[in-house]
Amino acid sequence: MIPEFGHYALILAFCVALIQGVLPLIGAHQGRREWLILARPAAQVVFLLLATSFFILAWSFYANDFSVLYVAEHSNSQLPVVYRFGAVWGGHEGSLLLWIFLLSTWTVLVSQLSKSLDDFMVARVIGVLGLITTGLLLFVLTTSNPFERLFPAAQDGRSLNPLLQDPGLVFHPPMLYMGYVGFSVAFAFAIASLLSGRLDAAWARWSRPWTTAAWIFLTLGIALGSWWAYYELGWGGWWFWDPVENASFIPWLVGTALLHSLAVTEKRGGFKSWTVLLAITAFSLSLLGTFLVRSGVLTSVHAFATDPRRGIFILIFLALVVGSSLLLYAVRAPKNTMGGKFSLSSRETFILLGNVFLVVAAGSVLLGTLYPLLIDALHLGKISVGPPYFNSVFVPIMVPLLVLMGIGPWTSWKNSNLMTVVKRLWLAGLIAIVAAILIPRVMGDFTWLSSMGFLLAFWVIASGFLQIIRQAKTGVPTRSFIGMQIAHLGIAIFVIGVTMVGAYQEEKDVRMSSGETVSVGGYQIQFQGVRDELGPNYRAMRGTFSLMRHGKVEAVLYPEKRNYFSSTMPMTEAAINAGLIRDIYVSLGEQLEDSAWAVRVYYKPFVDWIWGGCLLMALGGLIAITDKRYRVKLRKLVA
Amino acid sequence: MKAKFIIPLILFLVLVGFLAVGLNRDPHEVPSPLINKSAPAFELPQLADPKQSFTPASMKGQVWILNVWASWCVACREEHPILVELSKAHVAPIIGLDYKDKRDEAMALLASQGSPYLLAVSDANGRVGIDYGVYGVPETYVIDKNGIIRFKQIGPVTMELLNQKIYPLISELNKS
Repeated sequence: MIPEFGHYALILAFCVALIQGVLPLIGAHQGRREWLILARPAAQVVFLLLATSFFILAWSFYANDFSVLYVAEHSNSQLPVVYRFGAVWGGHEGSLLLWIFLLSTWTVLVSQLSKSLDDFMVARVIGVLGLITTGLLLFVLTTSNPFERLFPAAQDGRSLNPLLQDPGLVFHPPMLYMGYVGFSVAFAFAIASLLSGRLDAAWARWSRPWTTAAWIFLTLGIALGSWWAYYELGWGGWWFWDPVENASFIPWLVGTALLHSLAVTEKRGGFKSWTVLLAITAFSLSLLGTFLVRSGVLTSVHAFATDPRRGIFILIFLALVVGSSLLLYAVRAPKNTMGGKFSLSSRETFILLGNVFLVVAAGSVLLGTLYPLLIDALHLGKISVGPPYFNSVFVPIMVPLLVLMGIGPWTSWKNSNLMTVVKRLWLAGLIAIVAAILIPRVMGDFTWLSSMGFLLAFWVIASGFLQIIRQAKTGVPTRSFIGMQIAHLGIAIFVIGVTMVGAYQEEKDVRMSSGETVSVGGYQIQFQGVRDELGPNYRAMRGTFSLMRHGKVEAVLYPEKRNYFSSTMPMTEAAINAGLIRDIYVSLGEQLEDSAWAVRVYYKPFVDWIWGGCLLMALGGLIAITDKRYRVKLRKLVA
Repeated sequence: MKAKFIIPLILFLVLVGFLAVGLNRDPHEVPSPLINKSAPAFELPQLADPKQSFTPASMKGQVWILNVWASWCVACREEHPILVELSKAHVAPIIGLDYKDKRDEAMALLASQGSPYLLAVSDANGRVGIDYGVYGVPETYVIDKNGIIRFKQIGPVTMELLNQKIYPLISELNKS
């Protein structure tokens, strides 16, 4: 019975979401108060219904109810409880339910935290979110019902893909979706203001913290995914330009552009139509990402089972949502006059340039991701686009962006004297050049590429620190300022990590017998042998390796080769000795004759800085949201 | 409505057009360049009796099926009973190409599960597999009387595929 309640709650949620999507929008258009005040309660009811539905699905997993098809396909009774919970979004139906549930979570947050906003605006924003919820619920109910029954019930489930049996699954999708879906709020604000014809600074001020919040989640979600791939997939890489990774990265790039553009709109009233377009684009790309992942039009390591009806449904939904938004944009945006004028050497110019580079980067990643599909659709053949394309296109776009990042924060709005900026920045330039020459020498080989990486990273860092020192002299800096500096520092840290790993990592594939030693990056790794181990739902061959430096044992590593009972594919669990300035990564390959094994050993300098940088970016965003000018509003809200 | 504000909409509509076409195409399906070409010739030892060899030329004049399999291949075990069905139907002889496998393990598997094959040949180093463009096991080829490949299936053969594609194809090829 319980799963039927979950299904029933979904149907009810659909009905209420329809009310939430239609009546407030009409009410706001025709000035009917009694209709538009329905927005908040409707949003809250939808949230409660979806929470119920989501909880019931989770319960079905927890209780091992294999009469539910989705549970039987993605879990089994041997699966540890924490992964049973993660398995809720381990497949198509559940991850869509999570998507919608998070959408209604954002909606309810908007409805709660918007008390000082006028009712018309709130009605429109919640109405737009309601329409999106309605469409997606229709999709779930018609093509992807997670509560579908299985008669007769399965004895036991098929279990979760062993690759997904990892804490990464528990945190990565909710974080990522929270970010993806969060852009819907900025989108709804943009549509609402286009509908009302009031594209003003107030609109930007309202959208800004929401956009930043979504961006924080997306940043963390992508970083978690990257980290998960690094330690779980056993490939030792941190980014593969896989279509599904790109699907999350493209909205991130546009979202980053949006954050900066919103700042101009809020502070200076400029770039209005551009900002609106970015807000529409960021969310459209999130939807497009969902389409690409869920319809199976692209091949990827994230291979999902596909059903043609699903692809068509999402495509129609995408066309309706994005098409109507862009049409509205085409009709309404031209009416908005330009904001304040600014000179060529103003902060506006720098932000605009940065925006252009970010959008071009997003466009080139999108092109590379879709290119196989375009070529196939034109009957020009089957091709795939790999990392060489992305690296050679993406990296050059990032170079000028990083140069701008060192200068932009020093400029002032409207007009600034570039000569004074240059005078203040010469020291940063000098530090960057010294770093670019010295660090490659210390690390080993000098290459122009790595030197360039350090030059840019230290340019950003030095510029940031100089500015912090300068600002601290004149008084306590605002949280917005601190947040911005920390996020930019995060980018620099990230660049250092990428440069170090790219230029100085060492990889060795060797055949090792018990007692043999291999050395990488000044470490010696001794193979001690392999033992059988029994896990909760797998059997493992567990290798033991001693990590030594200068003859002293620093750590012992236990990479595993696991055979899950429910799967025939052996899984590789790499062992990583992580450190602030390097990771040592050992993974077991195939067993060769006798007691010899194929072993892969990596020395990865500064690899954790990649994710550390992302954490700093997210932290910067978090600090910026807590800035006083948003808190004033919050305090008003509470009172 | 100023022209430049409509550009995003137009770009998007073009994209939707491409996505719609893309939906109807399977990115996993790589067309085999061997379709309607002669089956590559080879001479391999028979699995049961390595002293005897087999060449596709000896199958001239009849429609036959080449099935690439291996004892280490899990999907082949799923496919095995269906191939046995197919052999019982006596519509076309099946030749098994034992791909990158150990002879004794392959023999043991056929002994315990029954052999659907008229005969099996051993491609121990996978050299013939390269000629046939094998990139996943199992793979199945339908070859006509003149030694031309008419159909290729990557992955296990299913009952559905047998009924909808392979049986009709074989009876059509037999007529000509």
